[in-house]
Amino acid sequence: MSSSVSTEIVMLLAALLFVLGITGVIIRKNIIFMLLSVEIMLNASGLAFVAAGSRWGQPDGQVMFIFILAMAAAEVSIGLALILQIYHQHKSLDIDKLREMNG
Amino acid sequence: MDIAFYITAAVTLISTVMVITRHNPVHALLYLVISLLSLAMIFFLLGAAFAALLEIIIYAGAIMVLFIFVIMLLNLGEETAAQEKKWLKASVWTGPAIMAGILLFEFYYLISSSDAVLYNEPNIGPRPVALSLFREYLIGVELAAMLLMAAVVGAAHIGRHKKVVLHRFLKEKEMS
Repeated sequence: MSSSVSTEIVMLLAALLFVLGITGVIIRKNIIFMLLSVEIMLNASGLAFVAAGSRWGQPDGQVMFIFILAMAAAEVSIGLALILQIYHQHKSLDIDKLREMNG
Repeated sequence: MDIAFYITAAVTLISTVMVITRHNPVHALLYLVISLLSLAMIFFLLGAAFAALLEIIIYAGAIMVLFIFVIMLLNLGEETAAQEKKWLKASVWTGPAIMAGILLFEFYYLISSSDAVLYNEPNIGPRPVALSLFREYLIGVELAAMLLMAAVVGAAHIGRHKKVVLHRFLKEKEMS
């Protein structure tokens, strides 16, 4: 832990980032921005893991961060492929225009 | 080192707020890169230098490049040139540049100051992380490998260019 920054402050930062991510998912209408907000949320949880691992001096936090990283890469590749496919079929990324799943 | 942490946290929060309020996806991506860089700085301050490296290489490098490719693929049109001209305005890149400058200055200050200030004891390097990853969490590594394999195959399958898929009833209706 760097000198006197307590773990609670880092956890507070992680919680704020997570709330910002949720806000982004709720207020945006574009699928790309929603995916970016999901990335922000994954980052915030990774920050919480790393902070906890650093608090106890154990490597487990960073191991969990690596797993989160792998999962984020998988999620982003699938999500972006879906976005491309949606754009080719509907010519729009507005979620209000994509309400009906007429396949 | 407190003040470094608080400055970095402020940069992270401001850039994240900018990400969720921009209208142009490329501007949002620019701010997201700044957010990831400052988060890597926080990892560095927490003594997790390996996680900071991975954050920069994989998140700010690979995943952001994926996003930029997709946005470029979606933006093909005549208005691209006009947009390009608009994007080069100074008001677009001054905000991210100032924040990146703050981070760079902080990093330079931390590097040039003595090592005793940089870390207190639990500085967890790559070695214990790797030992823990490939001993206790080996099953997790295998599962992550399977997940990545499934993601690659799934993305290749979804991303194929197909014609617009219609149900056969709709197709008949269209023909008649």
